[in-house]
Amino acid sequence: MSSSTSSQPLVQPAGNVRLLWTALATVAVLLLLAYLVAFDQGAVSRSGMYLHELMHDGRHLLGVPCH
Amino acid sequence: MPLTTTTAPRFVTVLVRGLLAGLVAGLLAGTFAYVAGEPHVDAAIAIEDAAAHADPTAGGHHHDDALVSRDGQRGGLFLATSLFGAAMGGLLATAYVLLCRRRRAYDDGRSGLLLAGAALLGVVIVPFVKYPANPPAVGDPATIDQRTGTYLLMVALGLVAVWAGSLGYRSVGGAAPLWLRAGAAVGGFLLVTGVAYVVLPSFQEVPDDFPATLLWDFRLASLGTQVVLWTGIGLLFAALMNQDGRRRAAIAAPST
Repeated sequence: MSSSTSSQPLVQPAGNVRLLWTALATVAVLLLLAYLVAFDQGAVSRSGMYLHELMHDGRHLLGVPCH
Repeated sequence: MPLTTTTAPRFVTVLVRGLLAGLVAGLLAGTFAYVAGEPHVDAAIAIEDAAAHADPTAGGHHHDDALVSRDGQRGGLFLATSLFGAAMGGLLATAYVLLCRRRRAYDDGRSGLLLAGAALLGVVIVPFVKYPANPPAVGDPATIDQRTGTYLLMVALGLVAVWAGSLGYRSVGGAAPLWLRAGAAVGGFLLVTGVAYVVLPSFQEVPDDFPATLLWDFRLASLGTQVVLWTGIGLLFAALMNQDGRRRAAIAAPST
């Protein structure tokens, strides 16, 4: 923060709106993935409790409420 | 213009680095969890099964006729941590691009490391203190929806707390001494965290006869898994972002 030797924008301003939508879509997909791994009990995956059972140990050790 | 395009990586490039860092960090976290956590999960499941056999009407899992065998669940641990890690790494990369674009400061891996540290604090440590991880046999299945909801709310509030801390740090002004800025950051962080801890409900669902040492060991292993995950994501992401800085330095060197 104190040394501002290089202050080039990370992404060109022209693509800002498109970038924002791409980023939002990415966040949505990644949150869905995290949900399926960590929380789904069959409501979204339509696989019954299979995902819950498969991810069981991971859910416990990642610290999310499992059952 | 050509210089700018070579020095500012595209969003997809940063995203792939985040996903990759998360995947590898997830495998590392899975390895840690397998070594440090699985013995405690097994011990807790043995307690759960003993309780289920003693009282067949009680709820909980029936691991005997499970959809996935215990070996399958141990393998699923690595699947879970690597996929979860990839998702978190991707989210970190997205946050990196959006936040650093606003700051207009381009500094290789430092922001990535700071963001990973902020995420570790806000997404893991703050929620863990209020809602610590529970092994099998702990937790009432009847309250799982409520506990999941409040846990997610706590994660969101953890991020708000970190944001309040950074807001406090910046609000004091650049002329203020470091201890004052740090104090304002701690104050903002503690304010949000304290209110969240007081307002959100607590759940005491540890059975009276559950071994205290097993609970402690499991929770420590669980926290360690997340610490390995986020430390790995931060370090690997910073290492991948650092390549651009070295490339830019190589380009800039001849002209200066």
